[in-house]
Amino acid sequence: MSARTFTDFTTQATFEIKKCDLFKLDEGPATQVVLTRDEGLQYYRTIQIMRRMELKADQLYKQKMIRGFCHLYDGQEACAVGLEASINLSDHLITAYRAHGYTYTRGGTVKEIMAELTGRRGGIAKGKGGSMHMYCKNFYGGNGIIGAQGQIFETYNMAALWKLPVIFVCENNRYGMGTSVERAAASTDYYKRGEFIPGLRVDGMDVLCVREATRFAADHCRSGKVCLKFLFTYRYHGHSMSDPGLSYRTREEIREVRSKSDPISMLKDHMLSQNMASVEELKGIDVEVRKEIEDAAQFATTDPEPPLEELCNHIFYNEPPFEVRGTNPWTKLKSIS
Amino acid sequence: MAASLRCFLRSGKNTVSALQRRDFHRSAPAAVQMTVRDALNQAMDEELERDERVFLLGEEVAQYDGAYKVSRGLWKKYGDKRIIDTPISEMGFTGIAVGAAMAGLRPICEFMTFNFSMQAIDQIINSAAKTYYMSAGLQSVPIVFRGPNGASAGVAAQHSQCFAAWYGHCPGLKVVSPWNSEDAKGLLKSAIRDENPVVVLENELLYGVPFEMSEEAQSKDFTIPIGKAKIERQGNSITLVAHSRYVGHCLDAAAVLAKEGIECEVINLRTIRPMDVETIETSVMKTNHLVTVEGGWPQFGIGAEICARIMEGPAFNYLDSPVTRVTGVDIPMPYAKILEDHSLPQVKDIIFSVKKTLNI
Repeated sequence: MSARTFTDFTTQATFEIKKCDLFKLDEGPATQVVLTRDEGLQYYRTIQIMRRMELKADQLYKQKMIRGFCHLYDGQEACAVGLEASINLSDHLITAYRAHGYTYTRGGTVKEIMAELTGRRGGIAKGKGGSMHMYCKNFYGGNGIIGAQGQIFETYNMAALWKLPVIFVCENNRYGMGTSVERAAASTDYYKRGEFIPGLRVDGMDVLCVREATRFAADHCRSGKVCLKFLFTYRYHGHSMSDPGLSYRTREEIREVRSKSDPISMLKDHMLSQNMASVEELKGIDVEVRKEIEDAAQFATTDPEPPLEELCNHIFYNEPPFEVRGTNPWTKLKSIS
Repeated sequence: MAASLRCFLRSGKNTVSALQRRDFHRSAPAAVQMTVRDALNQAMDEELERDERVFLLGEEVAQYDGAYKVSRGLWKKYGDKRIIDTPISEMGFTGIAVGAAMAGLRPICEFMTFNFSMQAIDQIINSAAKTYYMSAGLQSVPIVFRGPNGASAGVAAQHSQCFAAWYGHCPGLKVVSPWNSEDAKGLLKSAIRDENPVVVLENELLYGVPFEMSEEAQSKDFTIPIGKAKIERQGNSITLVAHSRYVGHCLDAAAVLAKEGIECEVINLRTIRPMDVETIETSVMKTNHLVTVEGGWPQFGIGAEICARIMEGPAFNYLDSPVTRVTGVDIPMPYAKILEDHSLPQVKDIIFSVKKTLNI
């Protein structure tokens, strides 16, 4: 049996991707894109890590090792991966509560993320933040808020007024918790809602589309303009672990998206069809990823909880230590910056 | 046939035993077990039926049956016009609700949790609470704001805040905080019937807890007056005052302390504003000691207000020791379980505080 060497594989190939709908733009992102073998393998690995990490989180939640709210990202991986592929770690990113994927692409390790979910001292926020509140350098969380509120329009106004280099990304996964977008939005053409801000409607299930659109948007911004980007995507899980996700959509719908538009399948097809990788090689990556997730889960379930001395720390930055009232007047605790 | 039967019955109960078996048997008043969730549901159902101006709006209240299933079945029964799903836009839909109340309807505005009410707080305070005053009595705002308040389990810093002190601070608002199912039903019905803006602070951890509902409480016209506290347990040694979930904690602590001969009087505040200070004062004048218990932060909290009011009134001279406040720890809510458990009052903290207050 002869092993295939790396010289057997195509080093890069050109793909035709879906054209973006444009708003207030004369031209959009390229529709012919080049994917190198290395890039493909890297995206594949990253998406698989995110997918497996979220599925493991599902498992741990059901075992009650993760508590509270847990909003899973599986299905939406191409958005985070494609986005990060066209920006730098020195750029700044902020998101809402479905944040595990971005925490990873922004530099968090799977171990840190999972240990945060299980509330351990090795967590990325030392166990104090939980699922919705993870942070990295140039990544501002992880927040409980959403963008359907009026503040987003205030922000559009100021960004455009002051020509701030911002890309507004809306990952439209078709449902706001249990309510479909058609029932919640007078116009579901979100990419047009910036009015005086140009917009792109992008296929968020294809990592190449997202990457290309982000590249276009980033160039646009770095040349001094504001841009709105809207990604049409899908989440396989319900809104959170308390939502089965079946009362407002059908199993058929979920199955159809999984079979026709899954980001992993799409990337795999691209790579295999152009002979950029072999089935065995991708399987090999799957095995490595699985092991990485298992190790992280092992860490996340055995690492000790934060020490009680940590309880009152991190109230203020750069302050001398001060006293914090406990549950009664005789309990005095200490806070260190 | 019926007439002769009636003659028989009127002749008294000492008739043939066979007849007694056929007699109309009046059963003793039957209490039932009902969860807080079902009690709230029943309250809204009854008020929606009673007054067609009443309607419910909020996120996921209709087709999803409520994020916490409190409004289960209501949309099916009352339809789109009375149970309305809103987009996730608190400031927007709260404003719409306040306007509806001003125009003559009686909205129940649900916040998925009161943490989200911060997005809409200007509408609650400036549009709802102050309007009757600003208009010198011309424009009233009969609206109810309801939803879960305070800490849940593992929902971390942005989803665990108690708003009792924030809303209790504002003139023009009434604020209630039910503990058990009777409280929930009676106070919510009163809130809906009230002509003024009422904030109903529920508790997510209590939704699934069953409590006994007396026969009186099962009636469609059962209401609990806003502004009246309830003594849940009589005692002579010390007064414990709490609202919502911590009433249960106080009763648990009282049971433990009773074994040591300490009899706690436990007061369920029921209403935060207007606060029933008189009931607390009467109790303190009997027991001479007071401990307040709340889940919220200590600074400017419910306990702080009770301390001030006691000091300003007749009960001050009856205190044998300063009032003790048992509160949440003065930090944002951490996520990790061990830290969260130590951020809120436990039953053992109440027992400890009682003994310290009594100098035992």
